[in-house]
Amino acid sequence: MNYHWDWSILLQAPYFGWLVSGIQWTLAVSAASWAVALAVGLSVGAAGNVPWRPARLLARVYVEVFRNVPPLVQLFLWFFVFPEVVPNAFGLWIKRDMPLPEFSTAALAIGLFAGARVAEQVRAGVDTVSTRLLPAALATGLRPLQAYRLVLLPIALRIILGPLTSEFLITVKMSSISLTIGVMELTAESRHIENYTFHGFEAYAVATAVYLILGLAITAAMHGLDRRMRAVEAA
Amino acid sequence: MQFDWNIIVSSAGFLANGLALSALLVAVGTAGGLLLGGGLALMRLSSRRILSAPAAAYVTVMRAVPLVLVLFWFYFLMPLAIGRPIGALSSALTAFVLFEAAFYCEIIRAGIESVSPGQTMAAAATGLRWGQILRMVILPQALTAMVPLLLNQIIILFQDTSLVYVVALRDFMTTASVVADRYGRPIEMYTSVAVVYFIICFIGSSLAGRSKAPVFR
Repeated sequence: MNYHWDWSILLQAPYFGWLVSGIQWTLAVSAASWAVALAVGLSVGAAGNVPWRPARLLARVYVEVFRNVPPLVQLFLWFFVFPEVVPNAFGLWIKRDMPLPEFSTAALAIGLFAGARVAEQVRAGVDTVSTRLLPAALATGLRPLQAYRLVLLPIALRIILGPLTSEFLITVKMSSISLTIGVMELTAESRHIENYTFHGFEAYAVATAVYLILGLAITAAMHGLDRRMRAVEAA
Repeated sequence: MQFDWNIIVSSAGFLANGLALSALLVAVGTAGGLLLGGGLALMRLSSRRILSAPAAAYVTVMRAVPLVLVLFWFYFLMPLAIGRPIGALSSALTAFVLFEAAFYCEIIRAGIESVSPGQTMAAAATGLRWGQILRMVILPQALTAMVPLLLNQIIILFQDTSLVYVVALRDFMTTASVVADRYGRPIEMYTSVAVVYFIICFIGSSLAGRSKAPVFR
């Protein structure tokens, strides 16, 4: 193997700036899609717990559709197909005036996909606790919605903290597919540096390290949160 | 804009080739990943740190990075390591085997650990050796526990094969995008591949859901 090493390339302009901006975009896409995923996951998950068949069925359909189509295909559907099939004025707005079109589409598409997975966790979590806690909560005089909001959901979320952490980690990694529609996030920038300098090894190594650190940091943060909650519960 | 069925019909053969490539990626990724993942799982379960630590590190790193980055890594590394261009397919196959191995390793490990340690001790007390215990006591039960998770992982792998788009390898998704670009028909192409992916993955996940794992204690 004949390779000329030069780690200093990563600190030179403009490559250092590319890396930093790549990390920023990765963080932005991850955070925005996670916000969408939580909003969707909590609502669709709740709909999956409603004692009314049509609502549960709709939630089921959402989860199955968004879970069983590859995220990249979903991203392309939102980016290339959606603006063409909506009413003309709206389609034009998306293509011409929507702020940060690539970023917004990526955050939405990844968020809706992750939302289906979060919804499954929420529904399963609430199902587990409701058998015993729902009658108890209702017996204290809470109305069903209050029981759900004040008792079932908080306890279920506490239980599914671990799986939710995994889903968040998956979402962070998933943010890399946004490069296919032109978001210059971390993976895209490392490729960008490889193309310009032929120092692929250094560029990909630093991207790998950043993803690893990001993942370990998120896991550590969640462990910390878990410990704090345990301490509160024990008190 | 009229939905044009003809473009789907006329590109069906091209798309079928793409689907065949996706199937090849799934088959090689699963077979190679299971083999390597099984070895990694045994290493991770070893009481010797010199075996368990490298396996654990490998799994942690592979599971922390996006598949797109792994595909780029091997697309770049393979020709360098071998000394001549080898093409996107070989590098993607290698990437899938090495990437999936980390995930299969965790599934196999969890399956083996789901069998209560009391059984290992009991088996050891009857005079079985480690290899025999693994083969005759643990694996038969562990495999049953693993089946639903393995099926799920294969479905995820099938969905992930679409990411070879980034190295311009012509799988199902990429062939669709080639046709969509060439004839300006994104609506027809992306909708139809989405439907096909959905049908295959939906059937797969229904099967996975039905094979509920029994609990051994």
